[in-house]
Amino acid sequence: MIIRARAVTKRFGDRIAVDGLDLDVATGACFGLLGPNGAGKTTTLRMLYGVTRPTAGSIAVFGLDVATHTRVVRARLGVTLQQNVLIEALSPVENLRIFGRYHLLREPELSRRIAELIDFLELRSHATVPVRNLSGGFQRRLAIGLSLMNRPELLILDEPTTGLDPAVRLALWSRIRELRAGGTTVLLTTHYMDEAQRLCDRVAIMAAGKIIAEDAPGALITAHLAAETVEIDCDTAAEAALFDGVRLPPHRLRIGRRLMLYLDDATELANHIRHRDGGGRCMLVVRPTNLEDVFLALTGTALEGAAA
Amino acid sequence: MSVSLPHAIAVWRRNASMYRRTWMLNILPNFFEPVLYLAAMGLGVGNYVRAMGGLPYVAFLAPGLVCVAAMNGASFEVTYNIYVRMNFEKQYDAMLTTPVEPQDVLAGEVLWAVTRSCIYGGAFFIVVVCFGLAPSAWALLALPVIPLTGLLFAAIGLAFTLRLNNIDLFSFYFTLFLTPLFLFSDIFFPLQERLSGMWLWVAEVLPLLHPVRIARLAFRGEFAAVMGWDVAYLLLLSTLLLAWALRTVRQRLTN
Repeated sequence: MIIRARAVTKRFGDRIAVDGLDLDVATGACFGLLGPNGAGKTTTLRMLYGVTRPTAGSIAVFGLDVATHTRVVRARLGVTLQQNVLIEALSPVENLRIFGRYHLLREPELSRRIAELIDFLELRSHATVPVRNLSGGFQRRLAIGLSLMNRPELLILDEPTTGLDPAVRLALWSRIRELRAGGTTVLLTTHYMDEAQRLCDRVAIMAAGKIIAEDAPGALITAHLAAETVEIDCDTAAEAALFDGVRLPPHRLRIGRRLMLYLDDATELANHIRHRDGGGRCMLVVRPTNLEDVFLALTGTALEGAAA
Repeated sequence: MSVSLPHAIAVWRRNASMYRRTWMLNILPNFFEPVLYLAAMGLGVGNYVRAMGGLPYVAFLAPGLVCVAAMNGASFEVTYNIYVRMNFEKQYDAMLTTPVEPQDVLAGEVLWAVTRSCIYGGAFFIVVVCFGLAPSAWALLALPVIPLTGLLFAAIGLAFTLRLNNIDLFSFYFTLFLTPLFLFSDIFFPLQERLSGMWLWVAEVLPLLHPVRIARLAFRGEFAAVMGWDVAYLLLLSTLLLAWALRTVRQRLTN
């Protein structure tokens, strides 16, 4: 285990941000920490690299106690913060050079790694342009590049693709996959369920400072719901008429007018709905169940900003 | 808890890289301010004042204005610049994802503020020498006062910056603290000739008074016991404020 946290609690005054958290991340894994804003994701990350001290509990990273080996632990991991921290007046090359010095890298190694990362992140065309003139996608890539200067064994990404357009997200995902293939362990937080599902081999869902479920994405779906989802738009009276005489699946969820039914094979139920609802008023959708549904089922609340 | 010098230097080099880009914009206003005072007061007012403190007025002004240049160099750095880096740009949060620790950040920033005080104070000292206002080689002994002044005003400015939660309040620091110090710290007139009794003792509180007195005595090639007190004041107040700043920076950057 590259990360091993036990009974970790963090209080800020009266507020409990993280509440008795146990977390194991296997070496080489891509682990996703999911949850809405305020769930305690960022606080958890900050405790892992030692800038927030737990009120109780213990955290070991690389088998070292973070509280007593802060510098050593940080020398071996990289962190991309939620907000890009770049020096806007300077170019990507200069930003990388300054950040490399925080790791005490010297020439010629410093320049070698800068060239490597400029290539890896495809920043060559903008390598010497002031950062303030770069697009959001380039800036995010550079921010990730900074956290790779020390060739980290563990890369921590706090919402790596929030606010980026779909093409940039795809490009970043493929970089993250490449890093993993190279042996880097990745821990990311996100509230995009599709991101977690595509990248992570294990996810933990956090709510109110606690991990409420943890498993492989597919396993979470089958354990808590079922493989397919039937989604319709109707009120409760229409629902009763629509499903009169039908045996409904055990997993159902209603949010306002939106009703979701989870089952292993949706064909029969979908056909039934099409048959009864001649005018198509209930806007039937049949789709694979995703982590968003699991989150809804577990917490009864929608994830902010999540792509369903 | 101990400072790692290599990491502090990495922080220092960050600022130096930035400064290389913008030094023309930065140095002009801060550096020209004492030059303009020297010209206006020394050459202008000096024409109507026969002598002050036994010297031509412009020569009387020179040592004090060297200290002012050093004070300005450090002050701008530890006020606006640090405030922006800490609160808006979140630069320190990024540094703390690396082996850099809060005490290294503080040490690097103070070292950089002292460096800037040396750039301004040193450049102004050269101007003073070129004006022929350094009477003898003894004036060189005033040079160590420049980093000491920088250290003191880095410490004072940091203490202010760390307590502040609104960038607009810096104008208070400059107009209600630094400007009065500038006007009443023995630079433009000999303070001990205008004050008497208890007030002479009260004036010893003024931080800028101490480097100015050392510089003035050094320019004259004189040495007095009071310089020991001045150096002690500079070091003691700097140490106390930096110790407080260290505790506060740790609380601000880690929790």
